[in-house]
Amino acid sequence: MQDTLELRKRQRRRCLDRLLWSIPAVLPLFLFTGENVAALNAIFVGQSIEGSGGILAEFHRNFIEGGRYMWLLDGLLLTLFMSAMAALIGMIIGLILSVIRVSYRAGVRIPILNALAGAYIAVIRGTPVMVQLLIIYFSIFGNLTDIPPVLVAGLAFGINSGGYMAEIFRAGIESIGVGQTEAGRSLGLSYGQTMRRIILPQAIRNVLPTMFNEFITLLKETSVAGFIAVDDLTRAGNNIRSKTWSNQPLYAVALIYLILVLGLTRLLSVLEKRMRRSDRRPMGTD
Amino acid sequence: MIEVIDLCKDFGDIRVLDGINMRIEDGEQVAIIGPSGSGKSTLLRCLNLLERPTSGQVIVDGIDITAPKTNINLIRRRMGMVFQSFNLFPHLSVKDNITLAPLQLKLATKAEAEERAAELLRRVGLLDKIDEFPQRLSGGQQQRVAIARSLAMRPEVMLFDEPTSALDPEMIREVLDVIRDLADEGMTMAIVTHEMYFARDVASRVIFLDQGQIAEEGSPEQVFKNPRGERTKAFLAQVLLH
Repeated sequence: MQDTLELRKRQRRRCLDRLLWSIPAVLPLFLFTGENVAALNAIFVGQSIEGSGGILAEFHRNFIEGGRYMWLLDGLLLTLFMSAMAALIGMIIGLILSVIRVSYRAGVRIPILNALAGAYIAVIRGTPVMVQLLIIYFSIFGNLTDIPPVLVAGLAFGINSGGYMAEIFRAGIESIGVGQTEAGRSLGLSYGQTMRRIILPQAIRNVLPTMFNEFITLLKETSVAGFIAVDDLTRAGNNIRSKTWSNQPLYAVALIYLILVLGLTRLLSVLEKRMRRSDRRPMGTD
Repeated sequence: MIEVIDLCKDFGDIRVLDGINMRIEDGEQVAIIGPSGSGKSTLLRCLNLLERPTSGQVIVDGIDITAPKTNINLIRRRMGMVFQSFNLFPHLSVKDNITLAPLQLKLATKAEAEERAAELLRRVGLLDKIDEFPQRLSGGQQQRVAIARSLAMRPEVMLFDEPTSALDPEMIREVLDVIRDLADEGMTMAIVTHEMYFARDVASRVIFLDQGQIAEEGSPEQVFKNPRGERTKAFLAQVLLH
């Protein structure tokens, strides 16, 4: 019974997977040369590319002419770079803040640090990321004009993400029973050693799915980086649009984000499945 | 040697321990018994400062561990503790559970720690589980690993906090046997337990706790056969009848 259920779930899953993975198949369209497009156009639209109408003609104008697909690729690279940088910074900041906060509640008290951490989290979560980005770029880094905007953006998104990651990690740490701390401390380990070797490894594992959702949010949030002159994916699409007066690039951009997010979601489900497998250790299965 | 002087512990408005005075000499096995809520576990947890006493002193080998300047981590290394709910580290294998503290505290090389882990596991009859993860073990097995984990620190005293209360009946014995072996070897221990027959057989002294106070104390024969206090009699009548 269990097995059939499992099997059916797996089949449904495979169907869904196939659907999701068919999306990237659309991508090779970007590689179509003019001749191919013309041929396809003749078949599907019945118009030559010289004519003004026709989706494929428009496609050609948007992405092939002047190698404009490279704009999107360059933008995609910047988006990925910013997101990765921000995720890394966010995790480090989040980890530090959460440990400060949790330790304070557990009686390891450094009031000034705890107050700073609390203020940081309140300000970051209480103001729009867009405003934070503008302030960091124009005000804090305003005089340092030789720093590439993409680095400033990565830092700004990381600082922002740190506020959210802190709360994610805090929830993770608090989900670990007090007995784990007591067991560690009773062996003579210090608070820090117990935190590092016993609590955090379990906490991080528990919040992995939530963390992944934060990465996904982060990836999408970087789309406002264009406001500080980063030619990220979104802005690249918009740049093409302003050149060709066509809305197609916007859809292309949306599609690329969607593919990235679906990819991350899939990675997460694989991860979760693997975690579940290592958790499923029923008694006496030997 | 552990000495407890005028120990009081409040949880909010409730006084859980009310002026406890007691000594645990080296080589003694002290069983702490009493009704639920009498403060048994709290008393035990005050001995290694998992609970901080509201007032009073706990003196371990002449060191007042309740003094603010005492490094409690150094004292705890010498006092093993076994919990009701085992508290094994679920993300670590049995071997790593046992070697974590000695390695972290740099008390042994990796090879030494692993050798000791194997030796301890052989002693509690679980050498074949050395690479297993805790979730794969039964409750009784987990508790035996927890005992081995404490012993890896070569403690001078072992504190057992209701070590069999969370176990299925058929697993109680395997854990008690391990504790009994330790007692026979002369390990100093304090054990909070509901296993009266075990307390009678293994303990060299029994302390009966009631409403946060030591109501009676003496050898097992005396406390179990000729209890003096009315409260002790009533309690024993209830738990020993069947």
